[in-house]
Amino acid sequence: MTGTLTIDKAAPTRAIKYGSMSRDRTWALRWSYFFLTLFAIFSLVPPLYMLITSLKGSAEISAASNPWWVFHPTLENYVRLLSSNQFLTFFRNSALVSILVVTITMLISVPAAFALARMRFWGSATLATGVFLTYLIPDTLLFLPLFKMFALFGDFTGIQLIGKWYVLVIVYPTLTVPFCTWIMIGYFASIPKELDEAAVIDGASWFQTMTRIFIPVALPGLIAATIFAFTVSWAQFLYPLVFTTSTDQLVLPVGIITTLIKGDVFNWGQIMTGALLGAAPPLIIYAFLMDYYIAGLTAGATKG
Amino acid sequence: MVDVAFQANNVAAPLTARKRSSLQRMMKRKSTSAFLMTLPLILLVGTLVVYPAFYSLHLATLNKSMQRFVGFGNFQFLFKRDTFWMVVEQSCIFAISAVFFKALIGFIVAHFVHNVPAKGQRKWRGMLLVPWVIPPAMSTLAWLWLFDPSYSAFNYTLSSFGIGPISWLGEPNWARFSVILVNVWYGAPFFMIMYLASLKSVPDQLYEAAAIDGANWWQRIWYITLPMMRNIIAITTLFSLIVTFANFDITRILTAGGPLDHTHVFATWAFKVGIEGSDLPLGASVSLFMVPILAIAAVFILRDINKRGNEA
Repeated sequence: MTGTLTIDKAAPTRAIKYGSMSRDRTWALRWSYFFLTLFAIFSLVPPLYMLITSLKGSAEISAASNPWWVFHPTLENYVRLLSSNQFLTFFRNSALVSILVVTITMLISVPAAFALARMRFWGSATLATGVFLTYLIPDTLLFLPLFKMFALFGDFTGIQLIGKWYVLVIVYPTLTVPFCTWIMIGYFASIPKELDEAAVIDGASWFQTMTRIFIPVALPGLIAATIFAFTVSWAQFLYPLVFTTSTDQLVLPVGIITTLIKGDVFNWGQIMTGALLGAAPPLIIYAFLMDYYIAGLTAGATKG
Repeated sequence: MVDVAFQANNVAAPLTARKRSSLQRMMKRKSTSAFLMTLPLILLVGTLVVYPAFYSLHLATLNKSMQRFVGFGNFQFLFKRDTFWMVVEQSCIFAISAVFFKALIGFIVAHFVHNVPAKGQRKWRGMLLVPWVIPPAMSTLAWLWLFDPSYSAFNYTLSSFGIGPISWLGEPNWARFSVILVNVWYGAPFFMIMYLASLKSVPDQLYEAAAIDGANWWQRIWYITLPMMRNIIAITTLFSLIVTFANFDITRILTAGGPLDHTHVFATWAFKVGIEGSDLPLGASVSLFMVPILAIAAVFILRDINKRGNEA
């Protein structure tokens, strides 16, 4: 519309450009939606296929019918899994480990982040960078020395850690604490100095400054860090695979893979149901706290 | 523990009458309590990350029963094995191509999401991030089922176009492709979110100025978007390179290294040798080969962090 107006007033060459620009925009928008739909399908096919398969009976799974559709929906797989003590044990172990790890992570990383962000002391800057670097050391580099260390620890003290679920509570914080400390440093550092100066003037101790001012103000960051710690400990696969073997000590991901796959026999209906139930807690958290989840994700690289 | 130490110091503080000495004491107290607050972190990182990292260096120099020092014997043994070189090759192919496609798809999708009206963006972002949220071990099981040799849903779909059946995980090159595909599926949303965040921070005025100057979309991307996003692209790529290079879950569940060790990466092979073959030192030697790429990436990331620290 504005395009036609300008034609009458001034340079016609410009007017053509305006018209083509708005047409370009509608086309760009259509293409955007088209490709976004394609990518969304690509993203959602595996989880949807989990859901589809989990609703099928074993007869339908091995039938030659269209695999993308459920012809005879049944909750048989869910009933079977949720009434099996073994699966519930996996779930309990996973929940227990994750909750303990989240608690430990927060207890370690929040005070440390506060000290590193606000209380400059000898070596604090180096330590902050060092913490970040340890986050870059992958679990796949550490699992063998850790395995040997725990075995030696068992020989010396008689406390066998390997094979028990609580060994995971000791090991997982190495994956969560560095990153959580790092993003909490970022959040704490963004709090204006005036705020804690005011608190100190009012006679608050450093500990009070942290609990009364920093933690409430940086609550979004705290939630983001908690979500991160939970999802990492819920999803971890290598450490439980290495450190636990007996079925009553396994956590969900490893439990599903080692018990539902028996030799070459894949009970796909139950595997997919188990996988979906295992994916449910992080997905539910994500659905309700998406903004915090994304804040935690981007904080690591942009805030630092 | 920390908090008890804190309170005790706090009670002691008002007792000192002289201003100067109480100030000095406060400084002292501050650094002491700060140290106490970071102590659990230092202990954790020291005993369970730094120590094992160096311990694996020592472990790599022992023989299989871990009683005799063999120096570089494990490495010499590895260099003579064809499987090792295959693992090196596959690790590089896997990491580089997966990161490249993750970055590319992430960049493209971030642009599309950025393009649509703001109120719809949340919905799209929510759907597109789902692969990153599901624990990789669980989603890889879904892929394994999609790739199943006899009931593959992909092959069912392809057969209606007259293609296939493709042996997704049975034939070496297809298996390599599948492992990379799953990794790209899992990792691309992370790039998308990072790029989207940084796209939003590019000021609109720059694009308006470019539009007035008659820049086409390619010039806008090349001269405005990419330079503005350079930092975030670099750091995300380095991060992802480390994580992908050290990836275990996907390859382990999808192929367990097969067919015939063609898809083994360092992590899965180290697991196979070290835990399943119970040769811990050899496994440790294999996993140590991840260190160089890690060190290089770490140096670059560190440089970036220091640079940003100076700007602030």
